[in-house]
Order: sequence, then C-alpha cells, then structure tokens
Amino acid sequence: MKRLLLALALIAAPALADSDLPPAPLADTQLPNRKQEAQAKALMETIRCLVCQGQSIADSNAELAGDMRAMVRERIAAGEKPAAIRAWLVRRYGDWVSYDPPLDRVTWILWAAPVLFVAIGLWVARSSFRRRRG
Amino acid sequence: MKGNVKWAPLIVFILLGSALTYGLVRPESHNIKSKMIGASVPSFTLPAATEGLPGLSSGDLATGQPHLLNIFASWCVPCVAEAPQLKKIAQAGVPIVGIAVRDRPEALQGFLARNGNPFRAIGADDASQVMMAMGSSGVPESYVVDGKGQILQQQIGPINPEDVDGIVAAVKAAR
Repeated sequence: MKRLLLALALIAAPALADSDLPPAPLADTQLPNRKQEAQAKALMETIRCLVCQGQSIADSNAELAGDMRAMVRERIAAGEKPAAIRAWLVRRYGDWVSYDPPLDRVTWILWAAPVLFVAIGLWVARSSFRRRRG
Repeated sequence: MKGNVKWAPLIVFILLGSALTYGLVRPESHNIKSKMIGASVPSFTLPAATEGLPGLSSGDLATGQPHLLNIFASWCVPCVAEAPQLKKIAQAGVPIVGIAVRDRPEALQGFLARNGNPFRAIGADDASQVMMAMGSSGVPESYVVDGKGQILQQQIGPINPEDVDGIVAAVKAAR
C-alpha cells in the first residue's frame, strides 16, 4: 500500500507543475526537410534545458524544453543559422545554456589542460627513465 | 626523493578533496539570471489571455510609465502564493501587467476569480516564446521595466511579503 502511494505521489507531483496545453506543434515533430532536421537536432543536443538542468533540450521531457525545441525547429525552417539561434539563447541565458563553451579567458584551461598533463607526464617519464639508466 | 617532494601528492590530494567537498556541501542555486537586465524588452505582441482584459505588447511597456511585468500561469502553485503580494503592490499604485504562460482562458478566469486580479493587461504566451525572449526560465518571475521599456530588475520565483517594499520602491524610482 505504502509503495503504491509512493508510486502515485511520484506520478502526481510533476503534474502539478505542468500546464494542460498540448506540446507546441514542432516540439516533437521532425521537420520535413531532412537536412534542416539534422541541423536542428544537432543544435538541440547542445542546448541545455532550463528546467532539468543536466539534460539537453533534445533529451528533456520538460514543457519548456518542448517549447525550446519548437522554437529551434521554427527558426531553422525559416532559414536561420544554428549559430545565430545559439547566440540568441546565450544573449538571454548566458554561456550556461550552451553545451559548446566558447574559448575565452575563463575556459581556456579546458583546452590547455590535456596538453599540460601530457607535458607533465613526459617530464616525469623522462626523469624516471634517466634515473634507471644511471 | 627529496623530503619536500614526498609530501606533494598528499597535499594535492587534500586540496582536491577539500575543493570537491566544498562543491558538494555548498548550497546550490538553480536560479538562472536573465542576461536581459539593462536591455530593452524584446519586441513582442501577445493576444489577450482572457476575456475582459487586453493583451500585451512590448509597445505597452514603453509608454513613459514604469511597470511590473509578472510572468505567471494559472497552473503554477507558487503563483497562487504570490497573489496577495501582487495585490499589495497594485494597491501601492504600481501598474502590473502579466504574461500567462501556456494557459487556457477559462483556467485563467478561475485563477483571477479565486486569487484577485491585480493585472491591467495579460498576454497569452502559449508556446513560452516571449518567456524565452525575456531570458526567463520558469514561473513565476517578475521584471521591473522603466518607462522607456528598459528591464531594470528581475525577481526569480514568487514575490514574498518581505520583497513588496523593495519592488514598489524600484518601480517608483524608475519613473
């Protein structure tokens, strides 16, 4: 009984935070043009959902994610470039909304760290090989 | 190994451990602040969300008079909680306009009948498009907009009783 109640509560709780309007037309419908749909899909996979903050809007079932997918598909269908749509979202929500971080003063370490670690590794390896030979 | 170098891995481990523990323990904020603060309200036109009240456009927010723009929905529980505060803000002479996100006219009618109507106009944002254009990520959110349509301040989440005076003052100061 307890388990049943818990299961019911798990189903009921998210319903409180949802509207009863159906999803926007393009939220879950692919664009007829396959090239455009591929562009939209690629962009949606790198835009962060504002509600389920660890998911992309392509993955999320949140209503707002659906509306964001619809917005992306509408704009792609109207001929807008994916980069422009990403820029539009970043203007409003910051770099946070994009899973494709720009290279700047804060983020350079993301690209530099692997190179740095390889360099440190080479240095450690070099000194230990040298010791063994000596 | 030299005496000092021997301790380096332990020190690195302790530093890393403390940094990660801090990250886990620190209360995390999930609020996403709009980057539109300081910018003009994006251009939009929304139809009326319910009978008896006009719809809302960005032009209505640039008439020389500052406004409080409330993004809400009848299906949103915290929006019920903030209704008394909105009423107080309206009574203090602040013009409040609303954007109803993904709402139905009859549901909205019921919401206003139950919780009071502090709104002068409510636009219907059926696909959250204006919400996104404002950099808003949930309901309720409120924005202080000056007479030229510039966004001055964002309140994320419901307006609590202790927020009322600050918001009234911010709108009056925007004049």
